[in-house]
Formats: sequence, C-alpha cells, structure tokens
Amino acid sequence: MIVIVMPVAMVLLFGYGINLDLKGLPVYVFDQEGSQQSQDLLKHFQASKYFHLVRVSTGYPEVTRALDDGHAKMGIVIPWDFSQRLRDGGPVEVQALVDASDDNTANVPIGYAQAVVQGYSAEMQVNWLGARGLSVQPVPVSVETRTWYNEDLESSVFIIPGVLALVMLVIGAFLTSLTIAREWERGTMEQLISTPVSAMEIMLGKLTPYFVLGILDTVVGAAIAIFWFHVPFRGSFVTLLAASAMFMVVVLSLGYFISVIAKSQFAACQIALIVAFLPAFLLSGFLFPIEQMPVALQWITRIFPARYYVSVLKKIFLKGTPAAMLNADLIPLAVFTVILALLATCSFHKRLD
Amino acid sequence: MLGRIKQMIVKEFIQVLRDKRTRFILIGPPIIQMLVFGYAATYEIHHVAKVVVDLDHSQESRDLVSRFTSSPYFDVRWQLSESRQLGDLIDQGKATVGLESHAGFAQQLRKGETAPLQVIVDATNSNTALIASSYISQISLGFARNYQQDRIYRVAPQLVEAMPSVVLEPRPWYNPNFSSRWFLVPGVIGSLTLVLVIMLTAFAVVREREIGTLEQIMVTPIRPAEFILGKTLPFFLLGLFDVLLIGTVGSLWFQVPFRGSICVLIAGVLLFLLCMLGVGLLISKVSSTQQQAMVTSFFYIMPAITFSGFGFPISTMPQWMQYITYALPLRYFLVVLRGPTSKASSWIFSGRKCWRCYALVSDSLR
Repeated sequence: MIVIVMPVAMVLLFGYGINLDLKGLPVYVFDQEGSQQSQDLLKHFQASKYFHLVRVSTGYPEVTRALDDGHAKMGIVIPWDFSQRLRDGGPVEVQALVDASDDNTANVPIGYAQAVVQGYSAEMQVNWLGARGLSVQPVPVSVETRTWYNEDLESSVFIIPGVLALVMLVIGAFLTSLTIAREWERGTMEQLISTPVSAMEIMLGKLTPYFVLGILDTVVGAAIAIFWFHVPFRGSFVTLLAASAMFMVVVLSLGYFISVIAKSQFAACQIALIVAFLPAFLLSGFLFPIEQMPVALQWITRIFPARYYVSVLKKIFLKGTPAAMLNADLIPLAVFTVILALLATCSFHKRLD
Repeated sequence: MLGRIKQMIVKEFIQVLRDKRTRFILIGPPIIQMLVFGYAATYEIHHVAKVVVDLDHSQESRDLVSRFTSSPYFDVRWQLSESRQLGDLIDQGKATVGLESHAGFAQQLRKGETAPLQVIVDATNSNTALIASSYISQISLGFARNYQQDRIYRVAPQLVEAMPSVVLEPRPWYNPNFSSRWFLVPGVIGSLTLVLVIMLTAFAVVREREIGTLEQIMVTPIRPAEFILGKTLPFFLLGLFDVLLIGTVGSLWFQVPFRGSICVLIAGVLLFLLCMLGVGLLISKVSSTQQQAMVTSFFYIMPAITFSGFGFPISTMPQWMQYITYALPLRYFLVVLRGPTSKASSWIFSGRKCWRCYALVSDSLR
C-alpha cells in the first residue's frame, strides 16, 4: 500500500504544492491624478501577464490595508502632479509598495515592474524626441533570453526529479532503520541469533525486499513525473536505473547501520531523520541551489550522498547528460555505496550485548 | 489524582532522558540543524557563475560586460572569444548564465538600431533562473538607457535636461533589506519544532503498546485523562525547551528581528506545541506498531511543512490546495513567528484548531 501511495503522493504533493512562478500578482493602484498619461502607464501594467490590477483605490489607506491583509502584493501610487511634472521634464517617481515579507515573491515583481515602467518611459521619450525632430529606438539593446532545459521556467519541472530521491530515502533509510531496532526492542533478536542464519544473510534478507520496492517506486515516480507533470526526460533510462540502484544501496545501508547502532526504534527514527531526511531536503540542491550556500556549507553538503543523486536526477531528466559526463556525481555516489555497504555489513554481529 | 499524574510524568521523563542518545537528540541536532539549514535555505542569488562571449570586442560591448563584472549578483568566470564552448560550460553546469554579444553589436548601436544580446540561462533551477534573468535585463536595460542618453546628449545636449522620464521607486515593506533569511529562518524554526515534537509524541503511546506495557498501565488505577495528561506534559516541556533553544539560536545567530508582541508570540508557541502534541498523540494512538507510527507521522509532516508557506508561497498553489493549508497549524504559527503584517488575528484560528485536535485525542483514548 505505502509503496504505491508514497511515491504518487509525494510527487503530486511537490508537483502541485511548490510553485515559485509568479503570474497575475494582485496589484492595487492609487492613481492620484487620473490623467491620460497615468492611465497609459496603468495600461502597460495591465498588458503584462505578471500583474493583475485588482482595484483602483481612492485613497492611500486602502492600499496599505490591502497590503497588510495580503489582498494585494503590490501597490502602485501615481503622484497627483504626474502629467504636470512630465511636461516639466526630468524624472518623475512612481511608487511601488511591495509586500516583501516573502522575499521570493518580492524581488522578482519589482524587476518586472521596473521593466514595465522603463518600457513606458522609453516609449514616451521616443514620442517626445520625435516631436522635436529626433528619431531614436525606444531601447537600443534587446535582451533575448533563452532558458535552457526548462524552457517555460516551470517550478514543477525543477522540483519533481529531486522528489524521487526523497521517496527512495523514505523507503530505504526510514523503513529499514527500524528493522533491526525492532528485533532488539521486542526481544526477538535472541531468537534470530539462535538460528543458524548468518549476519550477512540476515542483512540481505532484510534489505532485499526494500531494494526491490525502492527501485519500483523510482519507476512509478518517474512515470508520474513524465506522463502527468510532463517533466522532460532527456537522458538514458539505464543510467537512471543504475544511479538509482546505487543510491538505493546507499540509503539501505545507511538505514541498516542506523538500525544496528540505535537499538531502539525511537532513536533510530530520530537519527534517520537527522542524518538522512532533513539534509536530503535542504542540503541536496533539491530546492535551494548549493552554489548559493556559504562555502563551508557547500563542503558539508558533500558528505550527504543525496546531493549527488539529486544532481544526477536533474541532469538525466532535464539536461540529458550522457553517463560519461556524470562522473563528477557518479563516482562519489559509488564511493558512498561501497563505504556504507561495508559499514552496514561490519556493524552487525550475532551477539547479545 | 495529582499524585498519579505526577508519577506518570516522572516515568515519562525517566524514559526519555535515561537514554544517552535520546538526550543528545534533544539538544545537539536542533542547534546544528538550525544553523546549517538557516544558511542553506536561501533564495537570494549572489555570484552566479557566468560566462561571457564577446564577439564584438568593441568599447560598447566591453562596457556592458564591465557592468556585469561589477554587479554582486554575477561572477564573470570566463570571457571567451568564440561561442562554441559556451554551450559546453552550461551543459556541464559550470556556468549558470551565458551572455553573448555578436559581432557588429556596437555598429548597430551606433547606427541607432536595436542591437540584440543573447542570454542563455540554465533553468534547471527555475527559481534561480527567474531571478537571474530579471537581474540581467535590469543591468542590460540600464546600459541601454545610459547609452541612449549619451547618444542624445551628443546630438542635442539641451534636450537631455528637459527630457521627461518615469522611474519606479520600489518600497519593499516588512522586509526592507530583501533578506530571504528574515523570511526563511522563522520557517526553519517552525518546521524543526514540528518535526521534533511530532516525532517525540508519535512514539509515546505506540511504544507502550508494542512492548506490551500499555496493558500494565491499563490495570493501574490511572484514568485515561490522567494518562494523556501525564503523557503530554513531559513532551510539552521538552518541546518548549527545544522551541526556545531553536528560536534563540536562530534569531540571535541570523539576527532576525522579532517585531511582534511578545504576548502573541508566547501564546502562539504554547498553542502550536499543543497542536503538535495533539497530532502526535493521535498518530500514536491509531498506529499499532512504531513503524506504522513513523510512516503516518511522515505522511503528516511532509504536507504540513510543504503547504505551510515555509518556503513556497501559498498564494501560488492551486485553489484546492490552499484550502488544505487552512487545516495546518504550522501555517498560522509561521505568521506569528514572522511577526506582524497585521495578520495577528490568525492565531486565534490556531487555537481553535489545537483544541479540536486535543479533544479528538482525549476522546479516542477513552
């Protein structure tokens, strides 16, 4: 049950829940003048797909209240002598009050608003200069931006590949971290030790089902990502499976190791959360770009295998990087696989102490 | 009755604190996590690796490039004179942004035509790409504007003075420095508290059940309400301890100001803890094994954090998802933690929610 529901739920959750794109930002306008010119400027805002003029207010307090309540994310205040000052020449300021409490949704709209105002300003200048017999281009440089790998800048496309790593982590590290601890806690470990099964056999027996489930979940998760959310898949499926198998061994070994040393299910679960899940969530580049972290922290991210796997996932899905170019991620992942597998094998002894 | 509750509390404390590992888990990791995640969680961009291809080698194109070099947002790491390597550098992830000015860039400018500027942005992280391209167009437009003015100045200096222009004057409210830390550090504080408290309490009852000690408790004269109180209080105190610890470390270290009223904050913290205890105990109650409890609490924690507005704006979620967020205490707690944007009324919501959870648990145990 969990095995099927988990990847589906998590991919849907992140696919729909996380959206950092901005479109149709609610804007309140306080046009103190209401002249032809100020209307023109507002038309430029209306034409932009990033802004949605909710309301033309009649007073400053209404705008501030709307910002306070969260009804508006931006308030545009046009001065009462707007057209007068334009005729006089020189710069005229238009205020943009922005709710910056959510940094992410404030920085970008200010950029857009500035572009809108500049566009208006340039257009007006061209007309003004034209009237004085000087013909110029509105903006002499046109920026042609191409966004590679994720042409529409969809958040879901960037987030979903990383979710696969989280799913595997939960299946691998979390569920397995309880397996041995449970035997200790319930006292069935003594029974297990008295049987002729070797330590190696116990480990393989415990982990193989989870390995199969984990790989199955990767496939299910990838299928939803590709067919439901239309995340592009540009790389090779074999490479994806190989990297997933490696990562699965990593998380299983980690979970098993935790389970052996923790002895109680409670401690095991806490440790798994601290060393596996939270770092994978915040330090893997899944959401927050690693290269924007302080340098010391960038080094810390290197000790968490999830970082490499998330990087591989994104490269395979979005960039279609061939396996040979993934060495920078695959080699550390392989090293982690070997170290952790060895650690897990050596950690468990058939002894009662 | 008080005696029985006291015994229960003493027992719980002994159970939690006797294990060296658990003791450590309550103090060490929260601090480390607060510091590490506080640094990790940022949407700001600084020093984005950038590669510049200048095929024009003119005064103008150099001038444009130097504007990017002096910007804190970009690090011009490579300056190439042919465009072939540009794609490779971006493919390998060595550069996030590529800028290419084609041959004849300056000539077009001088002729008064519109000169195109090619920009390539690696959008694997769509958020970084969005912010970066917004900065790129700001910088290039700034260049274009100055160039235009210089041009006009050469032709007709008297016009430049009199030329009208409109400038936008942004007033970022609530967070004038645009620090995403101000926004995300409270989120990290709230989320860590949530994870910690849920994980602590989710095991509380089910462990007794699994080990078989629940039956022993059943035969003692303790009443369900007393049992619940005895289970809750220790975790409440531990949670309070951790919330204070995380909160102090987080706000002092990252210098996030708290601008709200202390009373609201205290009320918010207490109510939030109660909510989380309620949810945790409920999970513990309905699970029959600890593994189940963990999976269930995980299923709660994931959406609870994702939908709380911790790092992803609620306003951009689909409508049906926004309704879900109303049922999450963390959503309201974050509002309290982030301080006033005059949304103080929402903590009353949080209170209502919490009593509902709590009542549910007490009922279910009877």
